[in-house]
Parts: sequence; C-alpha cells; structure tokens
Amino acid sequence: MLSKQDIKHIAKLARLELTDAEIIKYGSQLSDVLSYVEQLREVNVDGVEPTAQVTGLEDILREDVIEDWDKIEREDSLRQAPELEDGQIKVKRVLN
Amino acid sequence: MGLNELTIREASEKLEKGEITSVELTKACLARIKEVDKKIKACLKVCGKEALKEAKEADERRKARKVLRASKRPSEPESSLLGIPYLCKMNIMTKGIETNAASKILEGYIAPFDAAVVKKLKNAGAVLLGKTNMDEFAHGASTENSAYGTTHNPWDLTMVPGGSSGGSAAAVAADMCIFALGTDTGGSIRQPASFCGVVGLKPTYGRASRFGLIAMTSSTDVPGSVTKTIEDTEIVLRIMEGVDKNDSTTVDAPAVKPHPNPLLSKEREQKLNGLKIGLPKEYFISGITKGVTEAINKAIEKFKELGAEFIDVSLPHTKYGIPVYYIITPSEVSSNLARHDGIRYGFSEKDSKNLMEVYTKSRGKGFGSEVKRRIMLGTYALSAGYYDAYYLQAQKVRTKIKEEMDEALEKVDCLLTPSSPHTAFKIGEQSDDPLKMYLEDIFVTGASLAGLPAISVPCGFDDGLPVGMQLIGKRFDEEMLFRVGHNYEKATEWHKKKPVL
Repeated sequence: MLSKQDIKHIAKLARLELTDAEIIKYGSQLSDVLSYVEQLREVNVDGVEPTAQVTGLEDILREDVIEDWDKIEREDSLRQAPELEDGQIKVKRVLN
Repeated sequence: MGLNELTIREASEKLEKGEITSVELTKACLARIKEVDKKIKACLKVCGKEALKEAKEADERRKARKVLRASKRPSEPESSLLGIPYLCKMNIMTKGIETNAASKILEGYIAPFDAAVVKKLKNAGAVLLGKTNMDEFAHGASTENSAYGTTHNPWDLTMVPGGSSGGSAAAVAADMCIFALGTDTGGSIRQPASFCGVVGLKPTYGRASRFGLIAMTSSTDVPGSVTKTIEDTEIVLRIMEGVDKNDSTTVDAPAVKPHPNPLLSKEREQKLNGLKIGLPKEYFISGITKGVTEAINKAIEKFKELGAEFIDVSLPHTKYGIPVYYIITPSEVSSNLARHDGIRYGFSEKDSKNLMEVYTKSRGKGFGSEVKRRIMLGTYALSAGYYDAYYLQAQKVRTKIKEEMDEALEKVDCLLTPSSPHTAFKIGEQSDDPLKMYLEDIFVTGASLAGLPAISVPCGFDDGLPVGMQLIGKRFDEEMLFRVGHNYEKATEWHKKKPVL
C-alpha cells in the first residue's frame, strides 16, 4: 500500500501538483493496480532478454548536420509558446 | 442511399466514371455530420471550408489526369483515395488544424506540420473533413476520458463507442465519412471497431510511420485505419505504409500488393482451402458473454465452410498481457508526456512564481485524471529501487509473450479470437474503476506487445450491438488478414448492417 508520503514523492518526481483529494484517490488506485501486476513475479524469466522493440532493429546513424527549418514552420511553432520575446520563448526564473 | 454511405472502392469508381464529384461526396459527408453528430459527438473539429477546397482540388486533379491520359502522355499513378473524404483522430498532427489529443493541456494547439501518414493521404488527394474524439492522449477504452465529453455509440446512444479511437469508429459506423484514421497502442483501433461494427486495422509495428502521432507508448503505438470493408482497409494501408526517415522504427518490408492485381484477386477469391487458423485456448475463457461466444462460433463455422482448417494452439502467457501492458505503457507515457510542461506549447499556468511551479501547476491542471494516474504509475515503476521489479520484469515477460505468439504463428496462417469479451458497455458503467477499464484490453494487448498485425472484423450482433472478431497475423503479413477477412466478408452480410439514427 502506497502511503500519502509515497504519492507526494512520486508526484514530485513527475512534476505534478495534486490536490489533497487526488493524493488520497491515487494512493488507493495505484495500490490496486500495483497489487494486480504483482502476478508478473510468478513468471520464470531466467535467461530471458528484455524486449524494448519487436522488429529486430539496429541503431541507424546519420551525419550530425544542421538542417534549415522552414521559416514559416518555425514561426508557427514559436507562436504556440505562451510568451515570446525577440523571437525566443520567455520562461520564469529558475531560482526564487 | 446517400453518397456518404459509400465505401472507398465504390466512391472511387464513381469518381473515376465521372458519376459523382469529390465536392458532392464531401458535401454529403459534411451534411451527415451536421445531421447526426449532435447525438453521437464523434467529431471535435469539423473543417468544412478547407475540406471543400481540397475536394475541389481533387476534382481538378482528376480532370487533369484524364486529359493527360487521353493524350497518351504519362500521368500520375492511380490513386484510390483521390477525392475521398476522411476523418482523422485528434492525436495525429494536421498542419493548420487543431490537434489537441482530447486534452486541455493541448487546447488550441496548431501543429506546424502534417504527420507522415496525413501527408501521404494528402499527396494521394484524400480530403480531411475534421478531427475525431478520443480518450485523452489515447488513455482509455471508452472515450469517456476525453476532456471534451464522451462519444456515443451509433448503435445505442447510451453505450460507449469503445476507445481510444472511439470517435473514428463511431463516425465510420454512422457514415459521417468514407473512412477514418486512428491509432492503436493496445487495442485502441480494434476494440472500438468491434463495438461499432466496422473494420479496424492495427498494422504491424514498423509498417507505417509514427512521425506526427502524439506519442503515448512509443514501442507499441501505430497509426491505422477504420473502414467499412476489408478491401478499403487494404487501400488505406497501401497509401500509409513505408519507411520514413523521421521514424527510424519503420521497416523496409515488402509493400502490401495492390488489389487490382488479377493474380492476387484470384487468390483472394479462392476461398480458404488449405489455410490453417489457430484458436488460442486462452482467448476462449469464462467471462466472455454468451452472445459474443455464439457469434464467434458461427464465424468459425463459416470459415470451415470456406475451407479453412482450425487448429487449437496455446498461448500460456496471455494472462500476463494486461499486467505487462500496464507497466510498460505508463512507463513510456510518463517519459513521453514529460514534454507537456507549459513552456513551448499548450496550457501554461500564468500564476506561477518560478519555473518549477510552471511545470507542476500546468501539468496538474492541464492533464486529466487518467493521464495523471498513468504518469504516476509509470514514474513509480521507473523510479530508483523499483525499476527491476516492475519495468525490467515486464519487458522480460513481454519477450515470452512475443516468442510464444511467433511460435504459434509458425504453425498456422493466422489466429482468430474475439476482439472483446463483450459488446459495448453503458456510458458511466465502469469509469470509476480504472483497473476494470484496463481489463477491457484483455484480447488486444498481445498483438500490440508482440508488434503483430491484427484486424477486427464485424461478425454478428448480440442484443442489437455489434460483435467483432480479431484476426492476428504474422509480422508484416497483413495480406493474409486481408485474404481471410475478404473471403469472410464476401460470404456474410454483417459489414453491410447500418445503425438507425
């Protein structure tokens, strides 16, 4: 069973501000899901490799070259940001 | 019969003969959306003006092509999608048209480029009618997790259409479009297709580019289609497939052969003599409703009449599909959704003192309940001290699931299972119980974890609601699914049934 402290810690790692009601709700729901997935422990996986992809791919390398981005596309992309200044995205200060 | 009710094949033939124009076809779809979508709520965005412009261009392209052909000069290749109107799921980028993944955190987001599959459809001359509803970020099996309201099942408006591509499936079932695009990560095309009585294909992982799909679970996400017939599925896949330099997981596999190939067509019509279909016993368990069991058994009898042979196979790790999926998916989700941080796009909480607060408040308010639940679950599974017990163990069990499915498919040409243990459920019935909702994916996660192609095909009704069967094929062997499905469709009428609205 995940404690209130556990949930707060996970929320912090996940960069999520949760309400008190959410902390209680997720505490019990995540515990339910985790106890359900416990059954995976009964599978014997000795010598089994983990699967992260299924089509036998290998790394594909390319030259590290700068490609020009279409000007209109770049402007359209920047326009999605909440605050712009001199063609750059403005963010809040990192330290208080 | 309205033009909007046509299949791709039928509409394409009429367009080519000059019996109809794409503008007429597009207007018929837009009129249908206006007529019925108040009740169904499949569309989050309809772009009528842009669609009519694209339709007019498609008509001009066809005219120009005919002139070129008459003068015996080389013209552009045939395109079965030229002038065909379609709807696209809200998590697939469309340049200039909102793409919000049915989330508040992306409300108003306008993609600066088209997804690779959308671009391919655009080049082929398909006409984009609008964007369809879904579970927020594709997290769900009912569309009830959409931040913009639930879609209703056209067969019974009190029922869910399934999910997450519920809007696409409901729209095709209600003839609001000729076909629709969806995405399938762990059943998100197949399960709603089965609930709505339409055909839904999850192609092989690597068959079609994921570039421009809003990422959920990168190791299982695939773009796919919802159509009215198997033949239409094949037409759309032939346009969508192929290697893309922007998605390094796409594979240079032999292309799906074009349908107007006389040899292939003949093979298609050769019934199914000598084909072996596997029945995995772990997919025929208690808990499947009587109506679904009866419909699937009748389909099996029909296949036997067509000459197919059934072989019992066993996939003992099937029961671990859901637990594996609900570790791997949230883990990848927690990583993929880290980009939604209120900085570059989407919702950003103005009332924040510093950068950390921008992150936590924007994400806390912008994401819905299920999305936050999955981010939390994934963050936990990947966190220090738990990684080996959860994520690594799940990846290893995933290997076992993949290997045993591959082994079974060496003995047979494809597998047949129900798409879902039951028909569509009531709106609100299980939205309070996340674990119960996760169990919805019981028959559809296997093919996703193994990266195999799988299709849901209408195979009957239970108490007025559609039942779907799932065919799972060998990796990159969608053609076998088309051959088996096409012969079944020719021998039955289920795909022709329409909901009364």
